[in-house]
Amino acid sequence: MAKYITEINKQGNIAVDDTILVKDYPATAGSKMLENFVPLFSAEAVERLTAAGYTLSGKTAVGEFGLDLYGETGTNDICAAASLVKEGSVKAALNVDLNGAPRRAAALEGVTFIKPTYGTVSRYGIIAAACSGEQIGVTTKDADTAAEVLGVIAGHDAKDGTSLPDKKYDYTVNADVRGKKIALVRELYEAADEAVRAKIDAAVAAYKAQGAEVGEISISILPEIQTAWTILMSAETTNNLSRFDGVKYGYRTEKYKNIDELYVGSRTEAFGFLTKATIVYGSDVLSKGRYDDCYDKALKIRRIAVETLKELFARYDALLLPAYSKTKFEGYPIEDAFMKVYDESRFTAPASITGMPAVVSMGVQLLGDYFSDSRLLGLAKALEKEEA
Amino acid sequence: MKYELVIGLETHVELSTDSKLFCSCGGHSAADTPNDCVCPACSGMPGMLPVTNKHAIELAVKAGLMLNCKINQYTTFDKKSYYYPDLPAAYQITQWFNPVCVEGKVQVGEREIGIKQIHVEEDAGKLVHDDATNTSLVDYNRTSVPLIEIVSKPDFRSSDEVISYLKKLKASLQFAGISECEEGAMRCDVNISVRPEGSDQLGVRSEIKNMSSFAEIKDAIEFEKVRHVDAIERRTEMLVQETRRWDEVKRRTFPMRNKETAADYRYFPDPNLMPIIIDDKWLAEIKASMPVSAEEKGQKYVDMGIASKEAAVLASDAKLCAVFDEVVAMGREPKSVASWILTECMSRMRYLGIETLNIAPAKLSRIIELVDAGEITRAAGKKVLAAVFESDVDVDKYCDEQGLNAKVDTSVIEATVDRVIAENPQAVADYKGGKVKAAGALFGSCMRELKGIGDPAVIKALLEQKLN
Repeated sequence: MAKYITEINKQGNIAVDDTILVKDYPATAGSKMLENFVPLFSAEAVERLTAAGYTLSGKTAVGEFGLDLYGETGTNDICAAASLVKEGSVKAALNVDLNGAPRRAAALEGVTFIKPTYGTVSRYGIIAAACSGEQIGVTTKDADTAAEVLGVIAGHDAKDGTSLPDKKYDYTVNADVRGKKIALVRELYEAADEAVRAKIDAAVAAYKAQGAEVGEISISILPEIQTAWTILMSAETTNNLSRFDGVKYGYRTEKYKNIDELYVGSRTEAFGFLTKATIVYGSDVLSKGRYDDCYDKALKIRRIAVETLKELFARYDALLLPAYSKTKFEGYPIEDAFMKVYDESRFTAPASITGMPAVVSMGVQLLGDYFSDSRLLGLAKALEKEEA
Repeated sequence: MKYELVIGLETHVELSTDSKLFCSCGGHSAADTPNDCVCPACSGMPGMLPVTNKHAIELAVKAGLMLNCKINQYTTFDKKSYYYPDLPAAYQITQWFNPVCVEGKVQVGEREIGIKQIHVEEDAGKLVHDDATNTSLVDYNRTSVPLIEIVSKPDFRSSDEVISYLKKLKASLQFAGISECEEGAMRCDVNISVRPEGSDQLGVRSEIKNMSSFAEIKDAIEFEKVRHVDAIERRTEMLVQETRRWDEVKRRTFPMRNKETAADYRYFPDPNLMPIIIDDKWLAEIKASMPVSAEEKGQKYVDMGIASKEAAVLASDAKLCAVFDEVVAMGREPKSVASWILTECMSRMRYLGIETLNIAPAKLSRIIELVDAGEITRAAGKKVLAAVFESDVDVDKYCDEQGLNAKVDTSVIEATVDRVIAENPQAVADYKGGKVKAAGALFGSCMRELKGIGDPAVIKALLEQKLN
């Protein structure tokens, strides 16, 4: 299977996923809707990397609009970016973490991925789905490289209204974990299969061996967090994808007699099942009479989730949790996609809904307080050391 | 039975900002070439993010202060979703949950009209339909141009009140620099119902969409009143709550085929735009930048010694005020300036068909200075003013070239007076025969001949001296 869906430069050292815009190169976001869409400008993160002397190798596949955690929505390999990093073809890959797909890919391939604190990396130039949680992250072979690349792309961007004011962030990776307090999230550990638990067990052992304290905690509102994120993510995605209507660019049906048929035909023919399911769900939770019970409640749960995690981070340096439920996946009927994604999102939703940073390394996920990105990379490096 | 009208207005006003609401494209939709004032953001391309134009928020706050509103110091933007080709992102960014201004009021004649809220939102683009080829074209120049929507309470009881309110609103918005209110930049949706006089129940409401001409609004309201009353009294039709449009040719309203009335806009807070906090400091700065209201301004002019009627005319027009204030600031006498603006300037404007006064205050000031000092006659001053209006001449240079200086040597005047006397023996004879009026005719002839040269008093004295 081809690693790139669009090749840019064979000598390039940065792969960019296809929800991130690179001027003059197609950006499809994994959708037939955008198969011929060529953007007029590049994402801010791309601009910063090229200005710093990095070169782009090509565009890698994503599940349609990044909604998909498994790769059922396209024929391409959504782990391609992680696998290019693993085989050493590129130094790093930029990936949009909308619903945890690149975290999962990194865990499956055994490489490192950081979803940085929301607002530290500009979202300018990504084909948006769920603006309140999605974030550009970096896939690399190790924590040090992640810190290097993140250092280049992070910092205030006036073109993004949610970009935080700090001009620069210092990512210093310190692998000394002595005295650090880490908490294992019991419910999520129990929700994973044996192979995944073995990776968590290995991480716990490594931390203990290196002088960190590892405790165990339970977070009672995890189911609410998972549902609330699915509500917010679906609603925002529905809204952002409404611009793809067949009028201005992208796919347009050949059969229409009026504007309504143009809209319905184009969207019916171009969107995949999971996208349509997300739109149906997202439209429902925003509709009159449902808004208060669904969307507004999800916003409240988001605030409670932040408070709950902030309390935990007053006591712990980081939480340890799986990034996925199992290490091997079998096919299933496409009609099940929405619920399958929902099930699997329990591992990734806490970081997505709060905007807190998460790092995946050696098949496990570390979640930390806002701006603890460096600390999480240090904890990841401690695991890498063990492996080496 | 007697009926009364119950009317509420939603008035959309284009704000006078340099750029659009969420991108740096030019703010005015007036670009001549379609899609000339468009970027990836305001045309709904993926990848772009909105960044709020702070000036638009300030102008909305100003409008709120002017209409005695409470300013929401925590205000947010929300997304309103619907599909239409003139709305490129298929959502409009507006303020649904926390509008910037609420609970205001404005005095219209004897009545107080309540203002429910003022919110900021982006405009949509424009569709151009071509029936000949059965196609529609989209122009995004106007997309994302900042608007405020001023929502009144249903407090109007007549079309005259509506028009007075709109005129006052327009003048105030222009005056405060909030909107230029150019053609089409102020658009109204009129919510209208009728009920028996004295009733506290509301009748079935119809909404007439998107009107901008005051005269048309008045006619549309009068038409609707008759339609509603006929429906109630004579059962000519069954009234339903609906959206209608005014047909300017047929002079009546028609129901709109409009799915929007049944639409669910799925409002939700825009996650790309952080809540805007208007802190006390910023609010104080905005307050400090407010110009005085037209009423206050008018009172100030009265205090300067200008007749109240003249003061009101001056105060009603931002441009007149600006020129007046500047000329007075240059040291001219206020009454004199008011008279020059309201009489001479406005007469030139009427003559040339100009609607806004567009004269360099320094030039007007110089003309008044010369006239008041007796350097040139008032008639000569008018002549210079006309020349300034027509070809923007230099005042002093023009006076010299045209020999308008009143203190010219009297030989020119004398020669003219002599010639007039010589050419009008009959008038001279009449005068000498006791018809004092005949001197007036001779004086008029002298003035005409001299074309504004010379001091009228001097000419008159010279004429009388020669006749006697």
